[in-house]
Amino acid sequence: MSQELFTLSIGELSARLQAGSVSAVELMQAVIDRTKEVEPRVHAFNSYDEADALAQARASDERRARAKGLGDAVKRPLEGIPVGIKDVISVAGQPLTASSRMLANFVSPYDATAVVRLREAGAICWGRLNLDEFAMGSSTENSAFGPTSNPWDLERVPGGSSGGSAAALAAGEAIATLGSDTGGSIRQPAALCSVVGLKPTYGRVSRYGLIAFASSLDQIGPFARTVSDAAEILKAISGHDRRDSTSVKLEVPDYGLGIEQLSRSGRRWRLGIPKEYFGEGLDPEVGAAVEAAIAEYRKMGCEVREVSLPHTKYAVGAYYIIATAECSSNLARFDGIRYGHRSKDATDALDIYFKSRAEGFGQEVKRRIILGTYVLSSGYYDAYYLRAQKVRTLIRRDFLEAYKEVDAIVTPTSPTPAFRKGEKAANPLAMYLNDIYTIGVNLAGLPGMSLPCGFTRAGLPIGLQVIGQPFKETELLAIASAYEARTDWRSRQPRL
Amino acid sequence: MNYEAVIGLEVHVQVKTRSKMFTRVAAGYGEPPNTLTDPVVLALPGTLPVMNKEAIDKIIKAGLLLGCEIAAVCKWDRKNYFYPDSPKNYQISQYDQPICKGGSVEIELPGTARNIMGEHTRIALTRIHLEEDVGKLNHGDDVSLVDYNRAGTPLMEIVSEPVIRSADEAFAYLTALKTVMIYGDISDCDMEKGQLRCDANISIRPEGSSVLGTKVELKNLNSFSFVRDGISHEIKRQIAVVQAGGTIAQETRDYDGQTGASRSLRSKEMAHDYRYFPDPDLMPVEVDEEWKAKIRATCPELPFDRQRRLQSQYSLPYTITSVLVPDRELADYFEEAARLCGKPQAAANWIANDLLRELGASKNPLVESKVTPAHVAGLVKMVDAGALLSNAAKEVFTDMFKTGELPEAVVARRGLGAQTNLDELERWCSEAIAANAKSVADFKGGKDSAINAFKGPVMRAAKGKADPKRVDETLRRLLAQ
Repeated sequence: MSQELFTLSIGELSARLQAGSVSAVELMQAVIDRTKEVEPRVHAFNSYDEADALAQARASDERRARAKGLGDAVKRPLEGIPVGIKDVISVAGQPLTASSRMLANFVSPYDATAVVRLREAGAICWGRLNLDEFAMGSSTENSAFGPTSNPWDLERVPGGSSGGSAAALAAGEAIATLGSDTGGSIRQPAALCSVVGLKPTYGRVSRYGLIAFASSLDQIGPFARTVSDAAEILKAISGHDRRDSTSVKLEVPDYGLGIEQLSRSGRRWRLGIPKEYFGEGLDPEVGAAVEAAIAEYRKMGCEVREVSLPHTKYAVGAYYIIATAECSSNLARFDGIRYGHRSKDATDALDIYFKSRAEGFGQEVKRRIILGTYVLSSGYYDAYYLRAQKVRTLIRRDFLEAYKEVDAIVTPTSPTPAFRKGEKAANPLAMYLNDIYTIGVNLAGLPGMSLPCGFTRAGLPIGLQVIGQPFKETELLAIASAYEARTDWRSRQPRL
Repeated sequence: MNYEAVIGLEVHVQVKTRSKMFTRVAAGYGEPPNTLTDPVVLALPGTLPVMNKEAIDKIIKAGLLLGCEIAAVCKWDRKNYFYPDSPKNYQISQYDQPICKGGSVEIELPGTARNIMGEHTRIALTRIHLEEDVGKLNHGDDVSLVDYNRAGTPLMEIVSEPVIRSADEAFAYLTALKTVMIYGDISDCDMEKGQLRCDANISIRPEGSSVLGTKVELKNLNSFSFVRDGISHEIKRQIAVVQAGGTIAQETRDYDGQTGASRSLRSKEMAHDYRYFPDPDLMPVEVDEEWKAKIRATCPELPFDRQRRLQSQYSLPYTITSVLVPDRELADYFEEAARLCGKPQAAANWIANDLLRELGASKNPLVESKVTPAHVAGLVKMVDAGALLSNAAKEVFTDMFKTGELPEAVVARRGLGAQTNLDELERWCSEAIAANAKSVADFKGGKDSAINAFKGPVMRAAKGKADPKRVDETLRRLLAQ
């Protein structure tokens, strides 16, 4: 395993930073150098601000020096760690494009709450990571600034929508990253790039500063190299925020400590395998790798049983009604009046709307706005939106019913490994079906994560999805950690 | 054929709160353009709304004052439409679950004369809900500018049932509604500042019919008198159309208060589909009994209840209460003065006449008046005790309105007091009697008017500052000895 700084975990780097064997500036420089080296091939970033990152790193080193001078250990768990930020989460003074022509020149004047909290934990906010425009897509091909490549095979997609966040981490261009997950946008790219990706329970992390795609489904979460790294980031960004009334007033546990305690307790986990997630469309190699992971859990002494989530077949349909309905309204603010792209040809207010939006939005965004506008229209609301909300309730009930018998549910993250660029671009439905295993988690508001569980014969990463109970991220992380401890997938690095 | 009008009013009232409906930036009026904004008001990418509890408190108060049923849950919906004054291009509003349902507004119709109380009746309400105000467009020759200072200000929409029958009733309804809002400290309802805005839905039907005619929505009724004139004009217009054999088109019309004419804005076919759906950014909030009880404890007496009480408790006439009551501060001022002097009618007269006249002349609001209830009470007491004559009291009032000095001080400074040295008065009276034996004889002989002969010399001796009543009493007492 390479010992390059940019391949190390937060845990490993924190020890070195604390020991003084490496400085935050040296670490940041190593990440910048690596980024410059591989970025022409990967294109994980929409932009990065080298000077700003180094200034943050210097400030971190100074904080650490001051803390040592006072004889005090550094309390900030992410001190000096470069964390990449998906370009749909606000960072004050930096571009915020959502990978859209609409916001090509927009600079956000404020920090998202998750970013504020990362800074408070000592992290360095690093770069603006590529995504499918406005987080709509599963391949990062829908970016107005060009697709991101999968570091494991540059001809293939990294997944999406947080493809930049997953690819940058896999390629050593960041130590951890933030993404957002509306229907699988963290977990699916994590699976396709062989990193850990966590979508927290809805309401666990403030959405303030996250450009809304579908407000009732969106959640910010971490990409990391290890389960315990993901736990550190989650701890830093979680908790109630007075700026987001959907963030819940629950105490944030020390996830790292929780994982340790649970693993020492030797608790025998009860895991559910939903039969609906292993049917048609599942790639045999992915299926085999997931079966092997389940076998590994059995070997640990976990109780594995089949469960049923009977409404799974309605999930994609309900999701694309709810998500598009919300997005049609959320994206109305991009009108060329106050900020963002304004058509040079527009002659009056109505014309500004028509032309600016026609020029500013890409195909997939327009498709979803039109679909969402339709399902909310007078006369269709009850048949579509209202019914989809009822399905949503049933899907959540399916999960909660299963959780009476099991602690977590284990499934494949994505039905296939990374596909070739362009392969599904012309077929939206095929692209939508890529999220078939991840969407239910968002509809039910549950925490879910993807962790590496193998590779295909062609060397493409495969992800294992573990789905937890509401606000029980500690248990979820402990279950993921137990598997991680018995495997060595992280030692494989993409050849770039 | 005779026609009757069926009118329903939609009144928008800005709720008086420190900050805006869904963010912490200040709500206000008259500031430089786009200074009362923040990332949430401007709908910058990634921003989220958070509910202002003060606004909910106030709409609950409005609902309680108007006898509405208060919903158990406060829920928010998005009303989607594009317009440059709307930063998000949707308005956060309440669609199927308004926070207040039902209720009514007590109104007073015009009396047969100004000094005669008119008939009281009630206008039923459909609902009251809360939403956020939009910004303001300023159109230039070739540019339009948007000011978002007003955007996001809490706004109540008060919808009446279609039970208003005339322009006068509509006027009376608005007047009564405004007074209740001011009493509840819910809004200042200043129409010039856009704090109260009114749209009217108007239709006509043959008198006695129970079928509703096609309604026309009249917008831009920017003052109370425009409301009255606009409705009156629209009723006449509709009757003329029907009498000429035409039919009324369902449409929205714009009323121009300057010309008194209206023009069509859009027809029914152009009506918006607002695509309402529950706002996923805002969690529904439970309104429990405890919350309602807390608000109920802050509810003031309603204006018409207060007017009835002032008339019975203090025996004040309608002409006075109709002046005092619509202004809550003035009525409070009166009650304080009445309490301090124990002479409510005298206090009411001073306030309704002299105080209001001076305030009107100085163009100052009541709160800035140097004359406090204590001043008025002091003045009433001095006059009542005979220490001040009424002409002099008027002078004292004008003086203390300027200086803020207490009446006793003004009287002392300017020597305006009634002659109250009783020994001196007694001496002057004795001297006058002694000097005019003939009139003493006349008086004792039964000619009562003979007493007037003594009064001239006494008043001269007193330099006009003797209380005539007291002079009369003293003379009679001495003559009887």
